Amino acid sequence: MKATSVEPTPYALELCGLSKRFTLGGKMFSKKRALYAVSDVSLRVPRGQVMGLVGESGCGKSTLAKMLLGLTPPSEGDVLIQGKSITHSDQKTLARHVQPIFQDPYSSLNPRRRIGDIIALPLRLHTTLSSQERSQRVTAMLDLVGLPKRATQQYPGQLSGGQRQRVAIARALIMRPDLVICDEPTSALDVSVQAQILNLLLDLKEEFGLTYLFISHDLAVVEHLVDRLAVMYLGRIVEEGSREQIFAAPKHPYTQALLASALTPDPSLDIPDLGLGSVQPDPSRPPAGCAFHPRCPQSSPECRERRPSLPPVDLHGTGRVACHFA
Amino acid sequence: MPDSTTPLATRTSPRLRSPFASLSARLPRHRTLLLGITITGLLVLIALLAPWLAPHDPYAQSTANRMIPPVWHAAGSWEHMLGTDRLGRDYLSRLLYGARISLFIGLLAAFISGLIGTTLGVLAGYFGGRVDAVVSYILTTRLALPVVLVALALASLTGGSLIMVTLLLGLLLWDRFTVVARSATVQLRDAEYVQAAQALGASLPYILLREILPNIAPALIVVATLEVANAILLEATLSFLGMGIQPPLPSWGLMIAEGKAYMFFQPWVIAIPGAALFMLVLAINLLGDGLRDISAPGGRDE
Repeated sequence: MKATSVEPTPYALELCGLSKRFTLGGKMFSKKRALYAVSDVSLRVPRGQVMGLVGESGCGKSTLAKMLLGLTPPSEGDVLIQGKSITHSDQKTLARHVQPIFQDPYSSLNPRRRIGDIIALPLRLHTTLSSQERSQRVTAMLDLVGLPKRATQQYPGQLSGGQRQRVAIARALIMRPDLVICDEPTSALDVSVQAQILNLLLDLKEEFGLTYLFISHDLAVVEHLVDRLAVMYLGRIVEEGSREQIFAAPKHPYTQALLASALTPDPSLDIPDLGLGSVQPDPSRPPAGCAFHPRCPQSSPECRERRPSLPPVDLHGTGRVACHFA
Repeated sequence: MPDSTTPLATRTSPRLRSPFASLSARLPRHRTLLLGITITGLLVLIALLAPWLAPHDPYAQSTANRMIPPVWHAAGSWEHMLGTDRLGRDYLSRLLYGARISLFIGLLAAFISGLIGTTLGVLAGYFGGRVDAVVSYILTTRLALPVVLVALALASLTGGSLIMVTLLLGLLLWDRFTVVARSATVQLRDAEYVQAAQALGASLPYILLREILPNIAPALIVVATLEVANAILLEATLSFLGMGIQPPLPSWGLMIAEGKAYMFFQPWVIAIPGAALFMLVLAINLLGDGLRDISAPGGRDE
């Protein structure tokens, strides 16, 4: 299965047992402890699809994204992009294949650079185009993301949140990467602008044949965008499957709770009670057995002792779930 | 083609100004900053034009004209507007040339210390961990040294001269640059635009010089102005104590030192260079404070 042959792999992204460990403490009065922000994550994203990744804050989504972008090295496991391991390629090669769109368009653009320079930066770093050719490409890209030509002369502080996110998208796509890591690209935007940006992302995906890893905590956004969905809890994937499977019949109690937590526009329904009780456990002291058991409404003694394993990647089956009861 | 674009999204607001424009819009409303800029600018101009402005040669001695009081004194004359010193040298000319020395030392020392301090601070802030530990150790060591004492000791070893004093101060005054550059860089290190540049494969110098430095520059410029004033005062201190600028160069600190024997009966000999020093340092401090105000994000312009 592993792509060593000449035939191109059908997957834009493969994660094989990916883990990220941080060391805490080790100072004078505290013992060293290991914190697994991401542990043993395996995923496959077919080319041209949108893979959603959801989970509450602190579950390791962003650390995962950083590893895929080459910003932090994995502790264990490997990431294959278009069948090539990122541990063996340098940052510049990787950058041609993977680009990020970050959450906060107010911090993802350098406030002291003009929009034109920001979008042209990838071209400056990766091509030998003349400044005239660069500005042509920038203008064409601005047009694609729906910004006027004169925006090149402006500073990020002169643009609205939605416009800034368009700039960030233009910068990510100007080198035509294969894979775009969208780390909550709409969560900092007004609701009215979110839909525009999501539609733009979908249009550009068709236009450029992109693959997205779409990280979010907003299920309503994910539902309209993704082909497949992975649910993360305390650094592990607890459930993965096609959108239809997960939204119609979630198997993991955590996925069920997440879906139940989505607010509805109906005011008579009130704020949903998740029945999750306690707060998220300290990731540096994860509970024994199934990490979700202290909050799980159906936990049994078995859950406290033995961690349910996640079946290997299977894109054609009925999805995967790590739960003793599923 | 994306059809999601609405006219709303393509409209950019002309109300919002570029960073430079908003700075220059705030400038005229900040009175003390304007005062600081005016006085500093005037003194810089005086220093630059000293050879043309000075009525006499600042080094020319005249035993016949010793200790002439300034013009407002009964015994004063327009020939020597601010009088003469104990060697009969024209005090106004010496004062004008002294502005050159003060500003030269202030600017160059602040530049050297800025270079050292910013480099250390940015590296410590960006890399953290061991680099930070080493830089912090050097910084604490430096902070444990009393500047005047160390400068005095080293100046007495090397012998005071214009270049020596400038270098000494430059090598001693970098601590604030390091503290400010480090904390500002720590805040920016995880900024998403820095991560975006990293993810693009931008080189380390590019990230440090083009992405981080321009964003911490306003804070560093404020520190720099304060360090210019600080260096000028320290030069005066060293010269007053006899370990700084050596005679016959007309340093203001040296002029105060030379005049201290006469301060009870001819108080102008120390009052005049003292007032000049006070004006310059005050003006530079007003400039620094004002710059901090108008470059503060969110602005105090309303």
